Amino acid sequence: MGPLSRWLVLGATAAVVALAALAVGPAELSLVEVWRALLGTGDVTAVAIIRDLRLPRVLLAFLIGGSLSVTGATLQALVRNPLADPYLLGLSGGAGLGAVAAIVLHVGGAWGVPAAALVGALLAIALVYRIAVVTGSVLDARVLLLGGVVVGSFAAAVMGAIMAVSPAPEVHSAVLWWLGSFDRASWQSLGIFGAYAVIPLGVLYSMARPLDLLALGEESARFLGADVERLKRVLYFVASVLTAAAVSISGIIGFVGLVIPHAIRILWGHTHQALLPGAFLLGGALMVLADAVARTAFAPLELPVGVVTALIGVPVFIVLVRRWAR
Amino acid sequence: MIFETRGVSYRYPSVVGEAVRDVTLSIAAGELVGIVGPNGSGKTTLLRLLLGVLRPLAGEVLVAGRSAASWKRRELARLVGVVSQREEPAFPLRVREAVLFGRYPHLGPLGAPRGHDLAAVEQALERCDVGHIRDRWIATLSGGEWQRVRIARALAQAPKALVLDEPTANLDIRHEMEVLELVAELVRDQGLAGVLVTHHVNLAARFVDRIVVMVEGAARAVGRPEEVLQGGVLEEVFRWPVALSPWQGVPQVIPLRRWEQRET
Repeated sequence: MGPLSRWLVLGATAAVVALAALAVGPAELSLVEVWRALLGTGDVTAVAIIRDLRLPRVLLAFLIGGSLSVTGATLQALVRNPLADPYLLGLSGGAGLGAVAAIVLHVGGAWGVPAAALVGALLAIALVYRIAVVTGSVLDARVLLLGGVVVGSFAAAVMGAIMAVSPAPEVHSAVLWWLGSFDRASWQSLGIFGAYAVIPLGVLYSMARPLDLLALGEESARFLGADVERLKRVLYFVASVLTAAAVSISGIIGFVGLVIPHAIRILWGHTHQALLPGAFLLGGALMVLADAVARTAFAPLELPVGVVTALIGVPVFIVLVRRWAR
Repeated sequence: MIFETRGVSYRYPSVVGEAVRDVTLSIAAGELVGIVGPNGSGKTTLLRLLLGVLRPLAGEVLVAGRSAASWKRRELARLVGVVSQREEPAFPLRVREAVLFGRYPHLGPLGAPRGHDLAAVEQALERCDVGHIRDRWIATLSGGEWQRVRIARALAQAPKALVLDEPTANLDIRHEMEVLELVAELVRDQGLAGVLVTHHVNLAARFVDRIVVMVEGAARAVGRPEEVLQGGVLEEVFRWPVALSPWQGVPQVIPLRRWEQRET
């Protein structure tokens, strides 16, 4: 397959998944009805369901899935470890703790929660980094992952404690949020996420070539023209912004950032100019699919989408660990 | 002068003693200079000073007439190609992708490589005799092939200088000779300033125009191999008795065994 047809196939897949996800739900709609509703010409109820409920939810799931995948691909090059992703590096945990703290303390409002999550994510990655360089001045990627898991667990424990002492009705919705869910998706949350994510995504794409070089190792990257220290600061910051925005709106959704980049790596190779947009499209499509499964599998009950991605992601993670442990 | 140091010194934080001590040196286009010395004598530190990775504590380092540390990495990468000691890509790469990385200092952040970029890659692949393996994965290459690919990548940078740190470590005789012949030819044919760091004195003597002998951070001797390689200097530097035997007018060093030392 040539490069152009690969993009067409991936783009078409994403579009079909999105249309199908718009059609499924408590009110079953045909694809024709979905199309009419999108154009605003169909049945009034259908228009309302599609335009007010399902469309923002599908778009949000797509954007967040794509952003988490791109963040995962970036972190993998940055720490030179194929098992890195925002969840395993503790970024999601830190962001979640920041968001929970902001919600409990009633600071920030809808726009401020992502900012609090960003503070949490930055603290988490700084701590993880500090743990990893403690043995000499060289960063040990394996210790880095261990540090990420430890910091993530610690953040989860603190979040658990906060929820345990919170009033009962808030706990139920907080737990659902924590496990990852798009059930509160709206045009407003889509707008907030978009506002936080668009510039970081553009920055990451513009750094596709330096990311290729970083994957060679810092020394080689430097001699091929990368300003390594500046690059690392920008990339960690941008990865934290994307993770924080995603976590504060849809909770902690693991493994998308790990699994999706690998699928693209296997299909298209490892150069980031193809990897980043490929991971974005596939990650978006997969998240929309996972959310559709979460909504419909046990309808009218809704599974947290983070549960669905973990059910898919953990077995894939085990396969990847065994492959790279050799 | 491509590289120039004037009384340059460096000391690592929290390490006693200077890693590089008062080194004055200049390397012109078209000459291959070997930096030799025992392990820990400051060869790699001197190289990092030349490449602007470390800032000197005293003295100055100039690259093409400008302070080495003042160059932007991207601009310096268009001027100096480096084959560093170790490199392990984190993800699988094909040979042609790896060599294309050499064009990155010339490319903008977006858009595809243009015709002359691809032509430069093609030329570098052919020049380093790795064109026939352009589609191979790097993990499947032999040590000698991988080094030639890295030299091709440095060449694709279209540099004025080529710097190699122990490029033949772990290579067998044939691959070692192939790599060094290639380096010497590139320096001569393309008029590059070549810097070769190695602890193989004998190989350096046969390939380079000038040798810098480092000991405890200082440049103990600088000059043509036949001037510099003398028993006294070498025994002092390597702290082992040696004999010298000329080959084609170039001295070759033969470290003596213990029983030979008693006889002489």
